[in-house]
Amino acid sequence: MRYFVRRVIILLCTLWVAITVNFMIPRLMPGNPVETMMARFHERGSMSPSAMKAIALMLGVKHGNVFQQYWQYLGEVVHFNFGVSYTYFPYTVTYMIAHALPWTLGLVGISTLISFGLGTALGIVAAMRRGKSADGVLTTISSFTNTFPYFWLGLAAVYVLAFVLHWFPLSGAYNAAFPTGFHWSFIVSVVHHGFLPAMTIVISSIGGWLLGMRNNMINTLNEDYVLLANAKGLKSRWVAWMYVARNALLPNLTGFAMALGFVVGGSLLTEIVFSYPGIGFLLYNAVINEDYPLMQGIFLIIVVCVVLANFFADLAYVLFDPRVRRGGTS
Amino acid sequence: MSIGTLAKQPKAPARARSRGAVAEIASILWRNRKARVGIVMLGIFVAVSIFGAWLVPYSPKDSSFAAMAGPSWQHWLGTTQNGQDVLSELIYGTRVSILVSFSVGAIATFLAMLIGITAGYVSGWVDEVLSFLTNVFLVLPGLPLLIVLASYAPGRGMTLIVIIIGFTGWPWGARVLRSQVVTLRSRDFVTAARLAGDSVGRIISREVVPNMLSLVMANFLGASTAGLLAAVGLEFLGFGNPSQISWGSMLYWAQNSSALLQGQWAWILAPGLCIAFFGMSLVLINFGFDAVSNPRLQEESR
Repeated sequence: MRYFVRRVIILLCTLWVAITVNFMIPRLMPGNPVETMMARFHERGSMSPSAMKAIALMLGVKHGNVFQQYWQYLGEVVHFNFGVSYTYFPYTVTYMIAHALPWTLGLVGISTLISFGLGTALGIVAAMRRGKSADGVLTTISSFTNTFPYFWLGLAAVYVLAFVLHWFPLSGAYNAAFPTGFHWSFIVSVVHHGFLPAMTIVISSIGGWLLGMRNNMINTLNEDYVLLANAKGLKSRWVAWMYVARNALLPNLTGFAMALGFVVGGSLLTEIVFSYPGIGFLLYNAVINEDYPLMQGIFLIIVVCVVLANFFADLAYVLFDPRVRRGGTS
Repeated sequence: MSIGTLAKQPKAPARARSRGAVAEIASILWRNRKARVGIVMLGIFVAVSIFGAWLVPYSPKDSSFAAMAGPSWQHWLGTTQNGQDVLSELIYGTRVSILVSFSVGAIATFLAMLIGITAGYVSGWVDEVLSFLTNVFLVLPGLPLLIVLASYAPGRGMTLIVIIIGFTGWPWGARVLRSQVVTLRSRDFVTAARLAGDSVGRIISREVVPNMLSLVMANFLGASTAGLLAAVGLEFLGFGNPSQISWGSMLYWAQNSSALLQGQWAWILAPGLCIAFFGMSLVLINFGFDAVSNPRLQEESR
């Protein structure tokens, strides 16, 4: 219980710091982006002063001193009110995020799941065959794919599989010819479009899971209870999966829970390379159009996801590992 | 081998310990096959970055060639949209990219040591505050934060990228180093030094740091790898200085002139492979450092 309370306090503090950082970044940087943006609205010239004033209010040109601004800002954040997007003008930031989020969650979530499952299993194999050729091949390949710039892998995949071989579409998330909805042709087009970006994410992230699991396994292999199990004459495969892997999995599971938090913001470049209409692509568009309200809204959403995932990872750890429960603090 | 020669010197114990530590780490590294391959690869990259100016077939600024030409005997990797030789750019860009990678690693590692060691050694409320700060920075997502910071920052350029990535890259290392210092703090030789009246600074630099040198180095290599990848990502998005030749800016230009759709695959392939191989050399060396700090991972020699 004490552990839980401590975690909740840390969660709230982290959220508060993240929101405050988000508030401070634009105010600490020299220049005033919002005024620049307002000036650009001015240049268009077609708007009446009253319309300008309305936009200024919506875009968050705030009055009063910093503390009043901060208080106002906190109130808006609590209500998920991030203002209006400059690029996609009549739409609010919340609306834009809500429409991009499902694509990212689907694509990166599924890829992360596949990558974690496959990487962990291969890591167990590598550890069991430590020093043999299978281990050498697996660890070498994964340390190589681990250092790929993953957007570059995406570029290569687009070139070979989409541009040269025409197996997959070049960009986008679905075929616009089909109406959006839960019917066969649309779903097939979504899977077809999602395959390449998903493959890119899996290949570039699987190495981390593999190497991590391999190291955990090797550490656990030297525990006394493993020695005992072997001495009892249990089959080595049984020992590997039921004794070693189960315990070695714990750190990887925490990593997995944290990775789920990074799902939302973790594959910006992949989405950009494939023009995939998720959060990353939206952030990119916000940045190149200097759409500050949208940019800040997205950043805040990404941070909140990570912080929440981190919190649940901590809780899950307690659930899976009784030793932490008895250990008390931290 | 060098440990044996050091053992013969009876005097200057502290000195010998730290020098012995370096020699021992070096020998474990070299005995580890993966680390040896990594060291050789890194050596090649460093040599290219130093002697690149003499290795390039053409000046990388020379734009007198036919633009967007595919690979040929004159231009092994083809030419750019401005008619520059891609291979010359690649060789020339090695220096900037390696420099960026190692400067990011150095900044991040310095901050990680500063914060991690302070938190671990001082303990109490200082530790609480610093650990909390570390945990907060740990969960701030890297690339989105970098993009937001870079887009608010005035001007663009490599120095800015290095500073931003360096100053956001320390928390992981700080956490690892802190927990190591916590275990070292209560060890006998540290207590002995404290009882002998050594100053805190001396204890940390003479007793604590030499005993976690491999962790510090591993952290430096990890931060350098991550730093290069982050810098390349930011450059690719156009946050760098596109007129400065580096692997990242090459990818930026290649993408912006849709090199792939015009069949210029070598232009994209080469910088990406260089980044991957450079990163891999650091990761391989890191396998060796893992073996130094965790004897269980040590390979039987060869």
